[in-house]
Amino acid sequence: MYHKTVSELSKALANKAISSVELTKLYLERIKQYNPLLNAYITLTEELALAQAKQADQARAQGQATLLTGVPIAHKDIFCTEGIKTSCASKMLDNFIAPYESTLTAKIKQAGMVLLGKTNMDEFAMGSSNENSYYGACKNPWDIERVPGGSSGGSAVAVAARLAPAATGTDTGGSLRQPGALTGTTGLKPTYGRISRYGMIAFASSLDQGGILTYTAEDAALLLETIAGFDPKDSTSAVEPVPSYSKNLNDSLKGVRIGLPKEYFTSQLDTTIGTTIHTAAKELEKLGANLHEISLPNMGLSVPAYYVIALAECSSNLARYDGVRYGYRCQDPKDLLDLYMRSRGEGLGAEVKRRIMIGTYTLSAGYYDAYYLKAQQIRRLIQEDFIKAFKEVDIILGPTSPTTAFKINEKVDDPVAMYLADIYTVAINLAGLPGISIPAGFSNGLPIGMQLIGNYFAEAKLLNVSHQYQQQTDWHRQMPSQFN
Amino acid sequence: MLIQGKMIALIYCKVFFIMKVDEIKKIAFLARLDVNDRELLSLTNDVNNILNFINKMNEVDTHGIAPLAHPLEINQRLRNDEVTETNQRELFLKNAPAQEAGLFLVPKVIEEV
Repeated sequence: MYHKTVSELSKALANKAISSVELTKLYLERIKQYNPLLNAYITLTEELALAQAKQADQARAQGQATLLTGVPIAHKDIFCTEGIKTSCASKMLDNFIAPYESTLTAKIKQAGMVLLGKTNMDEFAMGSSNENSYYGACKNPWDIERVPGGSSGGSAVAVAARLAPAATGTDTGGSLRQPGALTGTTGLKPTYGRISRYGMIAFASSLDQGGILTYTAEDAALLLETIAGFDPKDSTSAVEPVPSYSKNLNDSLKGVRIGLPKEYFTSQLDTTIGTTIHTAAKELEKLGANLHEISLPNMGLSVPAYYVIALAECSSNLARYDGVRYGYRCQDPKDLLDLYMRSRGEGLGAEVKRRIMIGTYTLSAGYYDAYYLKAQQIRRLIQEDFIKAFKEVDIILGPTSPTTAFKINEKVDDPVAMYLADIYTVAINLAGLPGISIPAGFSNGLPIGMQLIGNYFAEAKLLNVSHQYQQQTDWHRQMPSQFN
Repeated sequence: MLIQGKMIALIYCKVFFIMKVDEIKKIAFLARLDVNDRELLSLTNDVNNILNFINKMNEVDTHGIAPLAHPLEINQRLRNDEVTETNQRELFLKNAPAQEAGLFLVPKVIEEV
């Protein structure tokens, strides 16, 4: 049963092949069996899950079920869940019980889904390996000596090892797509503003966007329909109607124009990954798509510009953790300044502190123009590259990550090397575009992800192309044998 | 520690120092981050590494290009001036590290004269 996708589980529940309580118990058992090894979950919400499952079964018996009623899910521990510990994987919020519910999780609750628990991540979503967690690194189920990517590492591992049929996540510079690629799962980051950010703990507000990790694009479509939409509680939420993403999944790819940016296929890319991505593009060509070489000339500047903007916004957002109203407070502060300094110094991890430092520096008097303003100008150039490209093509295709999953501890001493893990993903956050990573092959037993990028609010097209690819391939159906 | 010390020294040679230790201390103070001496060394090294990397931005001339602050360039939406939130003082105080009589407690900030 744990091999089934959300769509298949929905059918199994509808035709009474299994009850939600049985299904929930099955996943809870698997979590108890494998989580000590993988560290995918920070908090398990067993009692709540069983109560919600019971409720779901009753709702179904009364004919009040949605397609998702009774299907289990896990939430990244960045989403506020009322009455449940919401830590953002930080010592700072280790004792924080969210007093309210995020819009994304509220919509999932409303649909009748069952919450299994909260997943591991890089502290405050800052990282590309899930090693920056106060609760310890999360392991890649394809090779437990390797990272699952980050920051939504726990969600990706939960889905990859079938400890949840789907999980939520967030993506500021690749945090859904890169872990999706490294764990062989499907990671969807919608257009900026497509999903409400209300109750999603902020890292970099002009880049953050919620999304999902699933086995298939079909499941991503089903879940996106549920969680997308305008929210008056998020002032940057998009006032755009939510289409039925599932409806267009089977559209023909005949005539769909797919662009391969020449800047993506350079010596920085692992050769096996390059070959795999080209093979995947050929597969789409066989389905009727037309392939074009395109150029995104400013792509090389996206990582430096991204880190300036993201870190500036992070230094501002994280000023709220002051040890006064909630979160960690140091022992015996001698005065208010000491309280601020030590609460933050002791409560925040090394990478978070590095980022706050850089952000504080680039925003400080005298340096603003050289860093922040410059980065925003480059952001404009990058967006213009994409706007131009989307006049010629419907979808942009490339790798998600320059390498497959790397070893735990391999990059921890070199922050810049870690930042370069994001070279294919950050540009679309700067531009605010939607992107998806789907499994496209393996290299030495490790999954390879293909990234598809769409125009603004073109999630339906992205999911359509991904679904058609997944009808022809079974990479997304593979699972790590150790957990089978 | 010795091994770590050696590694730091090795990396030091490659880095062009944009921020000296004193400046790191100043920024840490502005950011209200207590940084101990052990952290200070690695932080100085890492921050300079990152700033050197970020300076790649200078390879492109951006003169006259309008900065982009927000991907969708939407106008800030206004809402009606209505009270929509209720007072939830008790609920919010539950997460406070120290509280009394419905107030957050902090060390004394006003000195007696």
